[in-house]
Amino acid sequence: MQLELSEEERAFRDEMREFFTTKVSEEIREAVAAGRELTKDQLVESQRTLNAAGLAVPRWPVEWGGQDWSEIQYHIWHEEMERANVPTPLAFNAGMIGPVIAQFGTEEQKQEFLPKTANIDIFWSQGFSEPDAGSDLAGLRTTAVKDGDDWVVNGQKTWTTLGQYGDWIFTLVRTDPEAKKQAGISMLLIDMESEGLEVRPIQLIDGGHEVNEVWFEDVRVPAENLVGELNGGWSIAKFLLGNERVGVAPSGIIKRVIARVKGLAEDRFADDPLLRARIATLENELLALELTAMRVAANSSDGKPHPASSVLKLKGSELQQAVSELVLDLAGPGGLASGATGSSDGGGSELDEWQRLAGPHYLNLRKASIYGGSNEVQRQIISRNILGL
Amino acid sequence: MDFHYDDEQDALREAVRGLVGKAYGDYENRRRAVSDDSGFDEKQWARMAEMGLLGLPFSEEDGGVGAGPVEIGIVCQELGRVIAPEPYLTSVVLAGGLVSACGTREQRQEVLAALSAGERVLAFAHDEPGRTWSPAAEKVTAAQDGDGWTLTGVKEPVPHGAGADVLVVSAALPGGGTGLFLVDGSDAERTGYPTYDGSRAARVRFDATAATPLGEPGLDVTASISTVQDITRVMAANQALGAMQFLLPTTTEYLRSRKQFGVPLATFQALTFRAADMYVSLELTHSMVDWATMVVAQAGREGQGPAAVADAARRVSVQVSAAGRHVGQEAIQLHGGIAMTMEYSVGMYTAHLTALDHLLGDGTHHLRELAAGVTSYDALDPLA
Repeated sequence: MQLELSEEERAFRDEMREFFTTKVSEEIREAVAAGRELTKDQLVESQRTLNAAGLAVPRWPVEWGGQDWSEIQYHIWHEEMERANVPTPLAFNAGMIGPVIAQFGTEEQKQEFLPKTANIDIFWSQGFSEPDAGSDLAGLRTTAVKDGDDWVVNGQKTWTTLGQYGDWIFTLVRTDPEAKKQAGISMLLIDMESEGLEVRPIQLIDGGHEVNEVWFEDVRVPAENLVGELNGGWSIAKFLLGNERVGVAPSGIIKRVIARVKGLAEDRFADDPLLRARIATLENELLALELTAMRVAANSSDGKPHPASSVLKLKGSELQQAVSELVLDLAGPGGLASGATGSSDGGGSELDEWQRLAGPHYLNLRKASIYGGSNEVQRQIISRNILGL
Repeated sequence: MDFHYDDEQDALREAVRGLVGKAYGDYENRRRAVSDDSGFDEKQWARMAEMGLLGLPFSEEDGGVGAGPVEIGIVCQELGRVIAPEPYLTSVVLAGGLVSACGTREQRQEVLAALSAGERVLAFAHDEPGRTWSPAAEKVTAAQDGDGWTLTGVKEPVPHGAGADVLVVSAALPGGGTGLFLVDGSDAERTGYPTYDGSRAARVRFDATAATPLGEPGLDVTASISTVQDITRVMAANQALGAMQFLLPTTTEYLRSRKQFGVPLATFQALTFRAADMYVSLELTHSMVDWATMVVAQAGREGQGPAAVADAARRVSVQVSAAGRHVGQEAIQLHGGIAMTMEYSVGMYTAHLTALDHLLGDGTHHLRELAAGVTSYDALDPLA
């Protein structure tokens, strides 16, 4: 039991802090700090900067660009990145399909995809959810039927985040309609330029365009784009979703927003004990979350996610939402001036940008307790897998 | 940064768990022990002395073992797990801690050696009727009487005040500030009574009662009292963690075994989701308790200011207060009527958590302090 970082860990932290605050584009970090939406170019540029320094995909196997770090080092890397307003590496690439290909892919697939994935030479999209398969993912109905050397895919995916930027999409498709639900699913990698594939935008309640529907009509996919075993897609999905929960607690981001709130509300603190108490409560809950992330990291040295990672997802999303609620309340009546979302000129409003963004952000973050396995799914995981209920 | 216990610490936990498990693993034994006059089992106290637990926090020079906060935290967790009624927290950690922090060399060697050996029980007589939690005394006053000192006024409630051999008493000094005094238990007028968690407290009245200044006479030791209270808060949090770690599995076991409507309660998602939320509270609390304990340990090693300890004590108290209420209330609710009875353990665990919550300041008390200082920094860094 020791609180202090070791000398090596301290040096590592300084090194990360130095890199993130000096090497990643100032303009991008400013946009993140202000809570603006990033362009595709900005996401790519930032990740390439990290990748060139070996910092984009540290959790991957070392031979494919990963780092042989301790869990505390991964934690420091993540915290310092968020703290410096550096966009975290694109989840679809770095956290999802990369580790899947590294674990389940053929040698050819690894050679073909992993370097491009780390560098976002391929911008990946996720094709899991369907209109009738949300939390019950195994209910998916998009089919792939073998025709000669190709798979022919038909169906519809939805909630495809940033699908408008996607070059390729990793999908779960039904390859054996006779098998019981989990058993007949496979993973296919599909070029989004393929004929018969169409991306349609979904407008969300914050007015933004973040997610999409992806339609497949007789899309032909070469057989070699199957990942892992035929009808073995469900284990891959579980592996991917398990990884997704690790490091999902955005404690660095929440901390940054709270610090910002203090700056915004500076002149109101003296007269507002309720506001102070609200911030103190959030900070304390955040501290508990951050410490839990460290404790969980320290206990998962075998590479498997600690069962308590569901706690991080649950509490992390709740806190993120609570902080966005606080910011909106602070914006007061000014929060109504949402203007044209994403426009830098305020769409006619001259109120501060943070006030204009507060409402859309609050609405947008309702998603946090739904995605990545909804918080109810996390409670199910805890009660079933941890508590044995 | 390391959340792991070393081998010696694991061994200590095993030994303590064995000792208290033997005594109170069967909840009936705890019920029997708290029905004694003293409110605890004096034989068990002697066994704890024998194992070296009572002297754990004190230096070897003072007759103790010289162990650190992490070790004391382990003991408190294990005592909390069985809600052992022995006054470890109030007698050893709090009252003993004050003697250790403020006493002269002779006082430390005499009092702490006897405490460590289980020969004397200490109590800290500090709270005063009508006042809230504070490190200062106000209503009990100290007066100099020739070469000696006397105390006058009422302290209540004093944990284990009626049975204690030695009272460590706080009193307002004639020149301002708060001083500490040693009073022989039998020299004060004491009325003892049980508390709702089966423990004991007392009203202790001083009427120009002769008292020995602890440490340098007339010195204001408010700051030392505050720090020892903070350390005790962190240890109380360890104890509460142990109690909560008992409540969750006991509740889930009940959900699995208890049948209603012809099926186990665990069939109902309305109940299992609430158990999941208890787990979330418990895990977050576990992290905070470990962290706060490490902060105390680090402050001790590096001789850092008491500010870090005070901050950690407040933060962990806010967390434990909320979690203790959540876990305790839900444990009773998910059990139903059986947890309302004295014969079943769960209700009493919740009673004990409630008592711990109010021993040295509840969540709101500590949140008020945190809220007052919220503008003095940008962001918290637990690794700073």
